[in-house]
Amino acid sequence: MAVNFLYPEYEVVRNYDRCIVCRVCERQCANEVHEHLAASNKMVCDDSKCVNCHRCVSLCPTRALKIVKTDNTYKENANWSGKTINELYRQAGNGGVLLSSMGNPESYPVYFDRILLNASQVTNPSIDPLREPMETKVFLGAKPKVIERDKDNRIINNLTPYLTLSIPVIFSAMSYGSISYNAHESLARAAKELNILYNTGEGGLHEDFYCYGEHTIVQVASGRFGVHPDYLSSGAAIEIKMGQGAKPGIGGHLPGAKIVGDVSRTRMIPEGSDAISPAPHHDIYSIEDLRQLVYSLKEATNYKKPVIVKIAAVHNVSAIASGIARSGADIIAIDGFRGGTGAAPTRIRDNVGIPIELALASVDKRLRDEGIRDNVSLIVGGSIRSSADIVKAIALGADCVYIATAALLALGCHLCRSCHSGKCNWGIATQIPKLVKRLNPEIGYKRLVNLIKAWQHEIKEMMGGMGINSIESLKGNRLMLRGIGLNEKELEILGIKHAGE
Amino acid sequence: MLEGQVRIPSGCAISGIVDKSGKRMSGEAIIKSITVMHDRSNGLGGGFAAYGIYPEYKDYYALHIFYDNASTKKSCEEFLERHFDIINLSKIPTRKVREITDEPLIWRYFVTPLATKLSDSQLDEREFVAKCVFRVNTRIDGAYVFSSGKNMGVFKAVGFPEDVGRFYRLDEYEGYCFTCHGRYPTNTPGWWGGAHPFALLDYSVVHNGEISSYDANRRAIEMYGYKCTLQTDTEVITYIIDYLHRKKGLRFDEISSVIAAPFWQTIYRMEPIKRMTHEYLRNVFAAQLITGPFSIIVGFDGGFMALNDRLKLRSMVVGEKGDKVYVASEEAAIRIIEPNLDSVWSPNGGEPVIALLNGGVSNGS
Repeated sequence: MAVNFLYPEYEVVRNYDRCIVCRVCERQCANEVHEHLAASNKMVCDDSKCVNCHRCVSLCPTRALKIVKTDNTYKENANWSGKTINELYRQAGNGGVLLSSMGNPESYPVYFDRILLNASQVTNPSIDPLREPMETKVFLGAKPKVIERDKDNRIINNLTPYLTLSIPVIFSAMSYGSISYNAHESLARAAKELNILYNTGEGGLHEDFYCYGEHTIVQVASGRFGVHPDYLSSGAAIEIKMGQGAKPGIGGHLPGAKIVGDVSRTRMIPEGSDAISPAPHHDIYSIEDLRQLVYSLKEATNYKKPVIVKIAAVHNVSAIASGIARSGADIIAIDGFRGGTGAAPTRIRDNVGIPIELALASVDKRLRDEGIRDNVSLIVGGSIRSSADIVKAIALGADCVYIATAALLALGCHLCRSCHSGKCNWGIATQIPKLVKRLNPEIGYKRLVNLIKAWQHEIKEMMGGMGINSIESLKGNRLMLRGIGLNEKELEILGIKHAGE
Repeated sequence: MLEGQVRIPSGCAISGIVDKSGKRMSGEAIIKSITVMHDRSNGLGGGFAAYGIYPEYKDYYALHIFYDNASTKKSCEEFLERHFDIINLSKIPTRKVREITDEPLIWRYFVTPLATKLSDSQLDEREFVAKCVFRVNTRIDGAYVFSSGKNMGVFKAVGFPEDVGRFYRLDEYEGYCFTCHGRYPTNTPGWWGGAHPFALLDYSVVHNGEISSYDANRRAIEMYGYKCTLQTDTEVITYIIDYLHRKKGLRFDEISSVIAAPFWQTIYRMEPIKRMTHEYLRNVFAAQLITGPFSIIVGFDGGFMALNDRLKLRSMVVGEKGDKVYVASEEAAIRIIEPNLDSVWSPNGGEPVIALLNGGVSNGS
């Protein structure tokens, strides 16, 4: 029926003068966009199948391909955009919930882009990281309330379990199943090499990766997939996932098509069955229940692992964080509304939650006002895109950041936002063996290491410019930040002054 | 713009003398020392801390207070009477000096907490006094307690330090330890409370530098009940010292390992127990690390500690002669009062020089 027809959003443009009909594009595209016409020895393509992942563009040896936004347009309407109209047509056609992947792409303010950093001039010197030590090591966990001494008056180490990181960056939770074996291997090896951590996500831990335990955070989510005593004890920390920035208030759904082979074994569910995580944990309907789960997990691991509680940034995030800080958790992770996902209902992803910058500023302030900031460390994510975002997040009050989308980009992701299709041409968000093998973990982990090392250099440069030679002196140092183009209320919430003040 | 409304970085000169035998000397020498460094100040602040100057009242807290006017004084005194037994009160003696103008009312009270108030508060005596000082400074507009220790006193004003010394007749006091400060602020604060030393109880700090960790330190220390009203580095450093020493029970060498912590590369080379202690201190007190240039002299009951930032971004020289230990921004400021030193050296960044009565000069290890 003609009313079902949607003109493709993007068009594949082939320069036939350059095309040598090598058919690489045809072989590389899991979406079957490209086709070879034997009779005329010519490549043709079906734009409607294209997800704009740039796999063919990147691999075309003669640069014969490019993807352009279509100029086909509906009658212009400031209220009814082409995207809105198309989505409505799709729902009228199939009666379904719209699905999307990765983070909220809509044009909400990005506060990181409206914050500027300080630098030293005259009254104190900037510090050159090439000449002087510049420290980025951090500890995450609760701080003891009293100093204890032995009979010789030496300080006794009475620290509760904590995490040590060479740089305050952790690869955020992405489950085995939502992403591939090779993607997990790349993350685990990079975390080890960098002396940081990665997070298993909610799909359990593949037995091959237990050897990276010291650099692993094992997650316990509402579906409890792959959770067993060895799993809990294998990591450096345990994370209870209460929420996710991309889809606050709802659970997860990994389609049965991805529950194959090792994914099924690792998750401890039958092959082909959908893995559905409920929206809430059904043993946590309130804060006192959370406390019980925190202590159950600590009990199960002999009080040797710090426990992280991850929540989505929602309106009353600071009150929630304040409750968590008194629940026995050692670390709170907050995920902003720009955070990514392997699949989420579009309306939720694009309309629920708040920006991480505001959530972080208000949580940090609330915990300080209540005198409980030392009970917990704060990790923030969703979305941290660069070293500058990290510096700003730390100065707003974070102890550490989570990155996931950025890590996937380093592995080749081109943000086509089609993870839910399971046909990731870059071998990341797929379980199809011929696609998975396109991601070489040997190369992948090195790219991740490169990225974090590059960011570390940049962080040191920015810190040095501010005259700060250790990252703990940047933490919560909001005088180093100024807002640009922000209103009074925004500045008040961020706890920063406007540029020029 | 008044002090506290805007953050004002300052350059400075500092100087300090202690006689470890506890023998008292007049304030003359310290004035002479700071005079040499005239060009390191710009006339917008100077001051002294003197220890051992009130032996006859050594068991009482000596409160030095600035008042804007008589009515402020009245409401402050009412507050003091509700909380303390006032043993003695008087104007602090001054002499007219042409260079020192716009003086506030400057009063001194020797007090001890009222026993009933103290027991009701469930606080120890020093915490009670500290809390009262904060109350006056934050709640009584126009009153400012700038000295609150026992057997010690702070004297400060807007002006060059040598003029401030003459104004307060410092030559007429005798103490076993003096520290001094000349200020070079990059703004015109015009308020006497903003001059150094900054003090709480018997802790006083004179400081040269501009710390880059200021807001991290401020926000952390305010969580423990301190209120930074002046927005100066010295204020926050004083509170950090008070917090670490009085509330957390750290020794001064440990405090130096917190605020001017050794670099990790140094800590990794230490033997295991020492390494554990340093790792512990850097973990637990990460928010009390101070970065950026500073040289400070922390005065306290029984001695002082001189300390440079971890990179030594400010000059500071130490000299010894017999029982006396001298610290100053410049060697000339020591030589002018003691030309024949037994030894003179520049401590490394982060290496504390701790001079205690009847004890040796320690490098903290």
